[in-house]
Amino acid sequence: MTRLSTTFARPHPAFVAFITAGDGDTAANLDALVAGSADVIELGMPFTDPMADGPAIQSANLRSLGKGTTTADVLQIATEFRARHPDTPLVLMGYANPMIRRGPEWFADAAFNAGVDGVICVDIPPEEDDALGPALRAKGIAPIRLSTPTTDAARLPAVIAGSEGFLYYVSVAGITGKQQAAIDSIEANVSRIKQSTDLPVAVGFGVRTPEQAAEIAKVADGVVVGSAFVDLVGEFGEKAPAKLQELTAAMVSAMKAAKA
Amino acid sequence: MTENKPNSFRTQPDERGHFGDYGGRYVAETLMPLILDLEREYRAAQADPAFAAEFDDLMKHYVGRPSPLYFAERLTEALGGAQVWFKRDELNHTGAHKINNCIGQILLARRMGKTRIIAETGAGQHGVATATVCARFGLPCVIYMGAEDVKRQSPNVFRMKLLGAEVVPVTSGGATLKDAMNEGLRDWVANVHDTFYIIGTAAGPHPYPEMVRNFQSVIGTEAREQMLERTGRLPDLLVACIGGGSNALGLFHPFLDDADVKMLGVEAAGHGLDGDEHAASLLGGFPGVLHGNKTYLLQDEDGQITEGHSISAGLDYPGIGPEHAWLKESGRVEYTAVTDNEALEGFKLLCRTEGIIPALEPSHAIAAVADRARQMREDEIILMNLCGRGDKDIFTVAEKLGVEI
Repeated sequence: MTRLSTTFARPHPAFVAFITAGDGDTAANLDALVAGSADVIELGMPFTDPMADGPAIQSANLRSLGKGTTTADVLQIATEFRARHPDTPLVLMGYANPMIRRGPEWFADAAFNAGVDGVICVDIPPEEDDALGPALRAKGIAPIRLSTPTTDAARLPAVIAGSEGFLYYVSVAGITGKQQAAIDSIEANVSRIKQSTDLPVAVGFGVRTPEQAAEIAKVADGVVVGSAFVDLVGEFGEKAPAKLQELTAAMVSAMKAAKA
Repeated sequence: MTENKPNSFRTQPDERGHFGDYGGRYVAETLMPLILDLEREYRAAQADPAFAAEFDDLMKHYVGRPSPLYFAERLTEALGGAQVWFKRDELNHTGAHKINNCIGQILLARRMGKTRIIAETGAGQHGVATATVCARFGLPCVIYMGAEDVKRQSPNVFRMKLLGAEVVPVTSGGATLKDAMNEGLRDWVANVHDTFYIIGTAAGPHPYPEMVRNFQSVIGTEAREQMLERTGRLPDLLVACIGGGSNALGLFHPFLDDADVKMLGVEAAGHGLDGDEHAASLLGGFPGVLHGNKTYLLQDEDGQITEGHSISAGLDYPGIGPEHAWLKESGRVEYTAVTDNEALEGFKLLCRTEGIIPALEPSHAIAAVADRARQMREDEIILMNLCGRGDKDIFTVAEKLGVEI
């Protein structure tokens, strides 16, 4: 059992929380997400050109890079998180270029040493898996792929093959933090995916409120929230941890109530 | 005795869109099915004589092709070396080579039933060309343009608006071409069902680099025939400027297997390659992944993309088409770089010797031509792609020369 599989084996849907590394007091913010009972942490690696992200996460990337955050800083944040929270799965999410700059093996080694459980790379589709996937698998790090409303039946097997940890269903064809998809569409797509794989399916993009999280929790194995947290970090700065913990707790309790 | 022929340089990319280690399809999953669909449709169009016929007809009667091949006699005399010839793509409708590619892509968009066009633009030439073909075919169009470039290129912004395009200034990042491309990709990912993205250079995810190169190859195909007809021989050296690299590939590609024809790509050295203010991805960058393809990029040691600088807004993209990355590593094409000041000298030289006001982009190539011509014999021939006219740049040049207009 890995930290990810243990987490998704629990009876309640997993709550996956995203923040951008180096934006605000990241260690304190991560601790707040765990204190609020987040099940999985997604730590965003800042990038100058976050093509798949909406304004909220774009701003977080710029704030972080503006403070001089480096890849070494991101890995240090992960290492220290792992020391404080030995059981909470930690996933790095970001774009290909910062991940492969020093070579995929270098990155996989560094992520392994930092206690990272999985990696989501937005711009490496199955067709370009060679660029990073083999290096991650060799170190036992789960390459977590994205499936989207445009991923048709013909493509789905290729997306699933080589995915580990969980599958991230992107509920809208669009960028992060924008509109949310109709629950009917989410339910239909998640059930279609689950017919083809035993991997847990977590749903993200556009999920901002406990009510939305609760709706999705009824039909999926996990719910991912990012932009709503990142907005709190942007708005409240050093005072963000209390707000993050509050929103996390509200999301988790709404999800548990919905599933019960 | 059997001759050992070298492998062809004209068979790239492979079926995955890779030019050696470069190119590929590094896009978000949402776009992947669309990219595959685009490739299928493009292959079908390539196999359809009616598609080629419509493209050729528009090239002739709307764009004004073939563009002339011109012997620059006074420039040649002034330089005192090799003969300098120009492929006059600045005489095309809209004033640059960009229109060749836009005609090809809008025909494909129409074939695919897409009803909305988006594009990014730097100097505004691709934006104007896209707005032009959208007006011609009656399709709504949104042009993303860095807010900095909107300021630098106000005449082109006005042109696009006259043609009915919506111009969206992009303020994220450094507010230049790469940020406009990010915004174009964000729009596309949210509007995949009805939108066609007309990428302006031979970069982006496969099949764009190959497709744009093929549409632009009309330049080199014509030039090769014209040169043979006029001089009975092939040129000794081809020269073209490079931002993303589409005008250079358009000229070079049809000559790649002519072993005796040397080729020189000219990047923008801005204030000089020894500092950070340049846009020479090949000479001053490292391989990486951005905007859907693996290629040479201006970036720091952590893979963060750095801003390119050039006097020419059309050259300050921090990447380059992946085929150039491969041509560099294979050694088939030589690459050099020319500074802002050298380009300005090239600009003035052409104005005064030939009565042609070039765009600042090919002014970089002119500076390189001046340098090479002097080192070559009088019976040798240089062929340069004069890929754009300079009307759009007179304000930038005036400012640089300290003249108020």
